[in-house]
Amino acid sequence: MQVPSHVEYQRATSVEHALSLLGRPDTRVLAGGHSLIPMMKLRLAQPEVLVDINGLAELAFIRLDGDQLRIGALARHADLLSSAVAGEYFPIFHDAERVVADPIVRLWGTVGGSLCQADPSEDLSAVFAAARATAVIRGLGGERMVPVREFHRGPYETVIGPGELLAEVRVPVRPGTGSAYEKVARRVGDWSVAAAGAVLQLAGKRDRPVIASAGIGLTAVGAERFVAAEAEDFLRGRVAGAESFAAAGAIAAEHCHPAADQRGPEDYKRHLVAELTARALRRAAACVSLDA
Amino acid sequence: MTMRVAVTVNGTEYARDVEPRLLLIHFIRDELGLTGSHWGCDTSNCGSCVVWLDGKPVKSCTVLAAMADGHAVRTVEGLERDGQLDPVQRGFIECHGLQCGFCTPGMMMTARWLLDHNPDPDEAEIREAISGQICRCTGYENIVRAVRWAAGQARADGAPGDGPA
Repeated sequence: MQVPSHVEYQRATSVEHALSLLGRPDTRVLAGGHSLIPMMKLRLAQPEVLVDINGLAELAFIRLDGDQLRIGALARHADLLSSAVAGEYFPIFHDAERVVADPIVRLWGTVGGSLCQADPSEDLSAVFAAARATAVIRGLGGERMVPVREFHRGPYETVIGPGELLAEVRVPVRPGTGSAYEKVARRVGDWSVAAAGAVLQLAGKRDRPVIASAGIGLTAVGAERFVAAEAEDFLRGRVAGAESFAAAGAIAAEHCHPAADQRGPEDYKRHLVAELTARALRRAAACVSLDA
Repeated sequence: MTMRVAVTVNGTEYARDVEPRLLLIHFIRDELGLTGSHWGCDTSNCGSCVVWLDGKPVKSCTVLAAMADGHAVRTVEGLERDGQLDPVQRGFIECHGLQCGFCTPGMMMTARWLLDHNPDPDEAEIREAISGQICRCTGYENIVRAVRWAAGQARADGAPGDGPA
């Protein structure tokens, strides 16, 4: 029987209330709880205080605001999966949310919780990194913006400090953009063996689409900041197509650092990175309709 | 160090003084004596412990009882209404949807929720809905049939499923 160690429970009634509670040492935010509570049961996490933010409806939103898609930290995975506006502008979110955990867990786990858990195998970190999203972090002194690519300090570690709370994630919406996520896992609910996400902005004409910018996120393969920066650089300015996408996949596979584990050996994971990156890029490009 | 937790379970309000670290599944089984919900893998994989919290299925081994304070829970004991089994329960009987029965309460709670949101799911939708739950006896075939049976029965009766607890 797995039992968390003793802990104090506090329920936040507002963001300001949560922030005041989070100033105490050894305090953790409790949202969906589907990463934190299993870790507490295994005594991998032993916080002194839990601050339950599930009642903070003001953090549970998904909406288009000008040229940004804004996703509240307390939006559940199921909310993002069923969000028409998110799917319209970023199919990558629907691709990824279909394969995050399982349908029951997705009803409770939150977008903000996934990012803050900072598990190297967690899917949304790579997705938001590919989309060059920005994290909005609230503190009692105000809020600060951190690019998701600078949000993680390492496995299970983020830039969020004591007395701070991830409030939302903002994703820039740009014209001519397509996106997709490709994941290989052993079974429903399991972490990725490897996964790749692509967000492509195309310009030019239909018969010669040129890559204006490329974002490539990688999950579970030891990619620095969850991105394939060398492959992104390679693609910028090139003609979009199977050839450049395959080459980008090979570059991504070369520069990541997968570890051999029960999900597979290193060379298999590199093979997956090359293939999944190319597939995600192809599907992302197919989302974009350019003028003839 | 305890706290007062008041939860409405299947329409009845219960209050207990419990430790904040107590998991909802143990609150339901050990504090309230409602042992229909099963404590299975303890790792949020198997889904035997699925109950509804505020009308949504949740793996109750992965929620603190404290989080349910002031909220509504529905367990497998709350499927039956006025002495009548829910069509999902009847489907599991009619289609032999269980052998050992360990996963059954969680499967039925998820099935009821699915049918409330999608009254006529096809096989793929049923398999997707229960994909976070494990049955080691049936190979899922008869569970899928049971849910299909319940969907057909509801149409025959002209009665939708019960609403959220």
